[in-house]
Amino acid sequence: MNIILKDINLFNPVNNIDMKNTSVLLKDGVIAKIGNIEKKEFEEAEVYELNGKYVLPGFVDMHVHLREPGREDEETIVTGCNAAANGGFTEIACMPNTTPAIDSAEIINFIKKNSANHLVNVYPIAAATLGRNGEVLSPMAELSEAGAVGFSDDGAAIKTASLLRKVLEYSKMYDLPVIEHCEDESMADGAMNEGYNSTLLGLPGLPSVSEDLIVSRDILMAEYTGGKMHIAHISTKKSVELVREAKQKGIKVTAEVTPHHFALTDDALKTYDTNFKMNPPLRTAEDVNAMIEGLKDGTIDCIVTDHAPHSIEEKEEEFQYAPNGIIGLETAIGLTLSELFHKKILNLKEIVEKLAINPRKILNIPIPQFVIGETANFTILDPDAVWTVDISKFKSKSRNSPFDKKLLNGKSVGVINNKQMFFNDKFISI
Amino acid sequence: MPLSSRHLLGLQNVPKEDIQLILETANTFREVLERPIKKVPTLQGKTIVNLFYENSTRTRISFELAEKRLSSDTINFSLSTSSVKKGESLKDTIKNIEAMKIDMIIIRHAAAGTPLYLTKICNANIINAGDGIHEHPTQALLDMYSLRERFGKLDGLKVCIVGDISHSRVALSNIFGLKTMGAKVSVCGPSTMIPRFIEKLGIDVIYDIDKAIKENDVLNVLRIQLERNAGGLFPSLREYAKYFGITRERLDKHNKDITILHPGPINRGVEISSEVADGGNQIILHQVTNGVAVRMAVLYLLGTLN
Repeated sequence: MNIILKDINLFNPVNNIDMKNTSVLLKDGVIAKIGNIEKKEFEEAEVYELNGKYVLPGFVDMHVHLREPGREDEETIVTGCNAAANGGFTEIACMPNTTPAIDSAEIINFIKKNSANHLVNVYPIAAATLGRNGEVLSPMAELSEAGAVGFSDDGAAIKTASLLRKVLEYSKMYDLPVIEHCEDESMADGAMNEGYNSTLLGLPGLPSVSEDLIVSRDILMAEYTGGKMHIAHISTKKSVELVREAKQKGIKVTAEVTPHHFALTDDALKTYDTNFKMNPPLRTAEDVNAMIEGLKDGTIDCIVTDHAPHSIEEKEEEFQYAPNGIIGLETAIGLTLSELFHKKILNLKEIVEKLAINPRKILNIPIPQFVIGETANFTILDPDAVWTVDISKFKSKSRNSPFDKKLLNGKSVGVINNKQMFFNDKFISI
Repeated sequence: MPLSSRHLLGLQNVPKEDIQLILETANTFREVLERPIKKVPTLQGKTIVNLFYENSTRTRISFELAEKRLSSDTINFSLSTSSVKKGESLKDTIKNIEAMKIDMIIIRHAAAGTPLYLTKICNANIINAGDGIHEHPTQALLDMYSLRERFGKLDGLKVCIVGDISHSRVALSNIFGLKTMGAKVSVCGPSTMIPRFIEKLGIDVIYDIDKAIKENDVLNVLRIQLERNAGGLFPSLREYAKYFGITRERLDKHNKDITILHPGPINRGVEISSEVADGGNQIILHQVTNGVAVRMAVLYLLGTLN
């Protein structure tokens, strides 16, 4: 099938492609022509009039919790992929805290099999330790061979320094990153950021120093071993400073931030709404400013969602008992554009780097080049679309988003990958 | 003038007029409690549920007595949080209770914010009888009532709250209420039991109990929960008693008439010695009596609002 994306702004910083008002011809999902499309070709193709929308390398969310296997009532591999496509992502990496955990080649194969026919590519991140128990190394060589793109005990940090050292050394053989949920276990029993607001609300606090301690430990260990360390969902000012210094020293450390950590503060918790409960918790305005600075100066490499689906009944529990986490795939791009692009914190090139280029570099996955003969992997972006979040329209199986009814500026209008297109709320084979 | 809210969730942001109204109304009920027949028909026909998810003897009894003396129908519903977690959700429990056509819910719960949540899922008046380490407004109201009874005013009174401030709902409610009423509030305890940024509430933090005694008119001595010692917040009960316990000796040293409050139950020999607990400075049993009157006032004001 021939399709033409007409009147687009084709933009890919990787190859310095920046073409205004051009068109792209795809034949069976493969890039056949960029510009100079003949009249006859227009007549023979299905033409999408895009009126100046941006066609960008497909966005990647490298921090997603698919709940399959184990909690298919909250999210399956397919519903998670549908939510990703609807949100504007063509590739996602999924975290290993499923039941059972992603700690064997069989589970990796299961995930690959269940996502094989989807538009969205799923890259599994494997557990660093068997069962994420923090005791024995997972079979990292075998996991890497099966297709793991990184190792993490996400939900918690790798338990001990000695184990972390081994994980970093072992993963180095396969050039895969260790992705750390940075939190000191002995200070992890709070429900929100420790600070003035937690005192007012009578909620047990999660101190920022708990994150900073593990970020420090991890940076030191990355330096000592030469392994690749990726700091997941960074949330404190001090942690951003630590990563900045480490990068200046040439230590192999990268970092990611979620939209909620650059868009919200712990003031949001005053209603005890469990949709604002996550870990790391929402921090203070000072921390949010540090996230913005870190994004601007490149200390923070990428934007991820930490998409964490939870059932309605679990999120309806008392605040202290409700589980941590919110879904994010279908609001991330709108929040990024509203909070960073329209507020002139990041330009489009920087946003593409943080959502499409850098995560692929960190996970060693191919970056779309926009060359003839390449299978198209596109996110089609309308940075000026003003829309209202409606959680009832989400493709995700869960509804735990604090952004319902929020007005956002900018969204993905479609994605193309694996010879499929998601456009106008429909998947079609192309 | 009626109260400005149909619930009592805490004393944060409760206006001075409301607190005054409650304390004035409590005066009337305090008088009722001295009569041979201690019962008025004010809330006849109203149904009040005491929903206690945490063990509590005195608060529950105090509420129950207040309810009965106002002639309302009272249902006690006590559940332990652990069994609830495995069974019915809080929302379902509340929906079921509400379906039985009740008017008011008194809730005690280990999780902060639960009373606020109740206001969102049901139509009854909600009174917070203690939510986690957040607030316990009726305790603070009865403390203020007792102080007003003793001193004739709250404005300008110097009150120090002593003990585990971090884990106390009594402390926070007292701080909010007393500040609103113009008192000068400080807290005193081991630094591990003082929450960060508490001074932003406009109060002083004191680590020396002698200084606290010297500078204040009132000490509100909190119960030290014995299991906190296991949590490592202070080295031992002995050390706590030695450096923060209120003893006769310590009071005599300052030769000063200071008023002692305690929300109970008392750990004699830990936060307060028996001599002080039974001595002339304390008004602990007044607090208990006044508690019934203050709760009658709150129930009456909320119950007749609609």
